[in-house]
Amino acid sequence: MMTNPVGKITQGQFSFLPELTDPEISLQIEYGLRHGYAWSVEYTDDPHPRNTYWEMFGMPMFDLRDAAGVMLEVQNCRRTFPRHYIRLVAFDSTRGVESIVMSFIVQRPASEPGFGLIRCEGAGRTVRYTVHGYGSDRPEGERSGG
Amino acid sequence: MSPSLYSIPGSTPGAAPAMSATDSSAAAAVETQTAQAAAHTVSEVLAQSQAGAVIDELDRDLVGLAPIKARIRDIAALLVIDKLRMNLGLAAAAPSLHMSFTGNPGTGKTTVALRMAEILFRLGYVRKGHLVAVTRDDLVGQYIGHTAPKTKEVLKRAMGGVLFIDEAYYLYRPENERDYGQEAIEILLQVMENQRDDLVVILAGYKERMEAFFRSNPGMSSRIAHHLDFPDYAPADLLRIAEKLLERQNYRFAAEAHAAFEEYLAHRIRQPHFANARSVRNALDRARLRQASRLFADTERVFTAEELTTIEADDIRASRVFRAAAVAAEI
Repeated sequence: MMTNPVGKITQGQFSFLPELTDPEISLQIEYGLRHGYAWSVEYTDDPHPRNTYWEMFGMPMFDLRDAAGVMLEVQNCRRTFPRHYIRLVAFDSTRGVESIVMSFIVQRPASEPGFGLIRCEGAGRTVRYTVHGYGSDRPEGERSGG
Repeated sequence: MSPSLYSIPGSTPGAAPAMSATDSSAAAAVETQTAQAAAHTVSEVLAQSQAGAVIDELDRDLVGLAPIKARIRDIAALLVIDKLRMNLGLAAAAPSLHMSFTGNPGTGKTTVALRMAEILFRLGYVRKGHLVAVTRDDLVGQYIGHTAPKTKEVLKRAMGGVLFIDEAYYLYRPENERDYGQEAIEILLQVMENQRDDLVVILAGYKERMEAFFRSNPGMSSRIAHHLDFPDYAPADLLRIAEKLLERQNYRFAAEAHAAFEEYLAHRIRQPHFANARSVRNALDRARLRQASRLFADTERVFTAEELTTIEADDIRASRVFRAAAVAAEI
């Protein structure tokens, strides 16, 4: 049984769906703006599941009214990092929530190296597992589709 | 990971029968949308967009400004006709809607910009219809590399609405060649050209200085389609503005106060730093102050609503404008 049927990294929302088109991304951004979320653009070339903090592309965008402003930054980021993973993150500043409420990938490299499972034999017959990205041995910037 | 290790329903168009159902519903949605948008007369467009109501309101609420109102009607007419052409499938390039508002202080540039945003929103030329009012400080940074992010942030905030740049000529400082204002202008120009659907820019300021600004920035001038010049108010208009302002705050002039204010205006217009409607508002604020201290002195009286809302002639005649005029007359 395949564990990942879509053949791509599945993190955040919509990742089991076909890739969102730009108008669809705009609609999601509009939804967030209507709820008063602050969007920000983040990128990485090491999408390890434990890599929670991706690099920020500019500041989080507060006080926006229209998705065009966020899309502008997404396009800038795509131009700057054409072979990186890029995701959009929405922050809800409501008192008591104050955390990320939406997150989805808006760009992924043409070929995604994916991850291998490494088994490490311990004392007795214990096995410890870890996940290792096939691409993460290469230096930064050359990891995917280098 | 190689793409599509095995087929997933919905991952490729037409792969699953469910897709055709969504396709047809999407097509239906598009159809209803065009049916709704396919207005063929001016009144249909106005009824759909309710832009007519805003234009009428503009006519009713704003005193004077006849040439401005006529220009706004012209612009609205062009936009409505463009909509009709679009509905008939005639090519209509997205019109350039950037404007410049020139005129003396207090002639209603900001107020009209607010209404303009509303009209453009109703006609569907901007998506959200909010107004972001900024000056040089909000756009230009203080050190190298500060300007671009600052300007971009303002532009992002204004997307979907109208960006109103007050005293835009301060952006360009010819006396300092290393001034960062030029950088802000370049970013602004780029967005004005490439993202005409996303925002409308209105530049405002004094007439002469704006003209100098446009002369030294021909790129800016050529990207602005509409130059609106705001005339000064006639004294009669100012009086009507004063009455409207008082009415809104539940005050009114006593009979003699009316004449006194007229006289006040005649003196004030001749003095320096006269700022049209803004000066009127400030004069009324000071008159209210004097009325309040006049009533305050009467500690034991029970005031009627009449007394609390009336501005007497004395409240106006106490102004130093009259004293200055008297001194001037003596000389």
